[in-house]
Amino acid sequence: MTNAAIELQGVTKSFRRRERGPGASWWRRDWKDKVALHELDLTVGVGGVTGILGPNGSGKSTVIRILATLLTPDAGSAKVFGWDVVTEAREVRRHVNRVSVEASFFKELSPWENMIYAARLYGGGTSGTREHVVAILERLGLPLDAMDEPMKQLSRGQQQKVAIARSFLTAPSLLLMDEPTTGLDPRSKKEVQAMLEILRAEREVTVLLCTHDMDEAAALCDRVLMMDGGRVLADGTPAELCRRHGGATLEDVFMHLTGKTLEAKDAEPQPYGAPVA
Amino acid sequence: MGQLNVQARRGELNALFGFAERSMHSVRRYWVWEVVWLFYSMVSVLSIGFLASGLGTIGAGSGSFDLHRTQLYLLIGSLLWGYLSLVFMEAAFAIAWERWEGTIEYTFMAPIRRITHLMGICLFAIGYGLIRTFVVLLAAIAMFKLDFSHADIAAAIAVLAASTLPLIGLAIFTSVLPMVSPQKGEQMSFAVQGFLLLVSGVYYPLTVLPLPLQVAGYASPLTYSLDGMRRSLLNGASLVDVVPAIVTLLAMGAAMIPAAVWVFSWAERRAKRLGLLKRSG
Repeated sequence: MTNAAIELQGVTKSFRRRERGPGASWWRRDWKDKVALHELDLTVGVGGVTGILGPNGSGKSTVIRILATLLTPDAGSAKVFGWDVVTEAREVRRHVNRVSVEASFFKELSPWENMIYAARLYGGGTSGTREHVVAILERLGLPLDAMDEPMKQLSRGQQQKVAIARSFLTAPSLLLMDEPTTGLDPRSKKEVQAMLEILRAEREVTVLLCTHDMDEAAALCDRVLMMDGGRVLADGTPAELCRRHGGATLEDVFMHLTGKTLEAKDAEPQPYGAPVA
Repeated sequence: MGQLNVQARRGELNALFGFAERSMHSVRRYWVWEVVWLFYSMVSVLSIGFLASGLGTIGAGSGSFDLHRTQLYLLIGSLLWGYLSLVFMEAAFAIAWERWEGTIEYTFMAPIRRITHLMGICLFAIGYGLIRTFVVLLAAIAMFKLDFSHADIAAAIAVLAASTLPLIGLAIFTSVLPMVSPQKGEQMSFAVQGFLLLVSGVYYPLTVLPLPLQVAGYASPLTYSLDGMRRSLLNGASLVDVVPAIVTLLAMGAAMIPAAVWVFSWAERRAKRLGLLKRSG
């Protein structure tokens, strides 16, 4: 392992999609490239929480998915703890886990059945796993009687807690959190944030946190990157950014840099094949 | 180093079991639907048995018609076909299901070999298919009083076991389809199944087909499975007699599994390049 948890050098990513031009016939669609990431250089040291702030379509999820070995960059090199995400993907995967904005589970299966499945993929699932799962879910505030109910019967907040528990279960060295608290009620949001603080205190884990939530970023992140249109616009601690750009809050800084708010409704770049409006 | 390898192998075996266990949990949760599917399998096989009875009644073969032999001939085809299509469906469905639920990203992020993932899916599908086919076989025996007194059961089991390898290869090929097209891939697997049904001699000898379809039939492992099974169950061919079929099936499996894993890996690389793993894609 190296001292850097994440090293991106000249990473770019575009998606091709078919679009109908203005006034074109309904059957006529041309290929267009949508740039998700312009040439990106980024180094994140081991430990701490680094936040990526940006509206939809800013490229933050693309960064997360490249680091999770789920997207191949078009150019440049992306390394996690010194391992290349393309050529040494299995080494990278041993040290990484991810929480995405949508809690992806087998909805008919229970939290326990989903968790034991995840545990087995990471070499776990032996005796003691259930106790470990119970302990994590209890700390996240999930009622234990929900443990054996189908996931589809759980609320959105409860599902997200199970998603977070799943990522903690594999004890990753790099935790990629893509808007983990989006859509949660304030109480659930606080519980998740508290759990993240506990995790940081207990062991050395590097967290890359994508969020829209300025207060969350200010409270949790040691370092914040502001992204828009696939480019990093600003990089520093929350206090530094506010000082440098003359804002009282990170929201002010973002508005100062882009002239827009984080709630901008840009569409996330979609691969071709996805429905086009 | 040696210890590391043992640990890594244990991890892969653990994951292999994890895939099978996940599918077992799913069967348990959807048990009512499983009963419906079992009923459907039984109805399909029994219909074929009654088709043979019907052929006797309407005078097919004009006097030389051997009802029991025809019934067994068609039922072997029907049962083996039911088993094969079930394995196909399970393999394609496993990937389609993961794509639908969005969990495929988490499976692909796991530090395991792709072959472990695919084998886990196929082994469950094969085990599950065998159990369901056995239940249907019992129903067919009870309904048609099938006579296996001249059959060499050991030879038939050996052919079935050898068929497992190319079947895994075919199932992995089928599971590529939902990778290529999340929306239509699973349905496309039915087209592949339909073609195999046409050319593999499930309900008729290959000789009745036009030459190009016969050539396609000789490339299908199901042809050799059916040939070996029919010879052992209908004619009492011994293990030695079915060795050519077994060798052909093993050779086909040895070629098809690596080829299928390669094709799946290509589809995975393509999906990662184009960003198709997201549920919306």
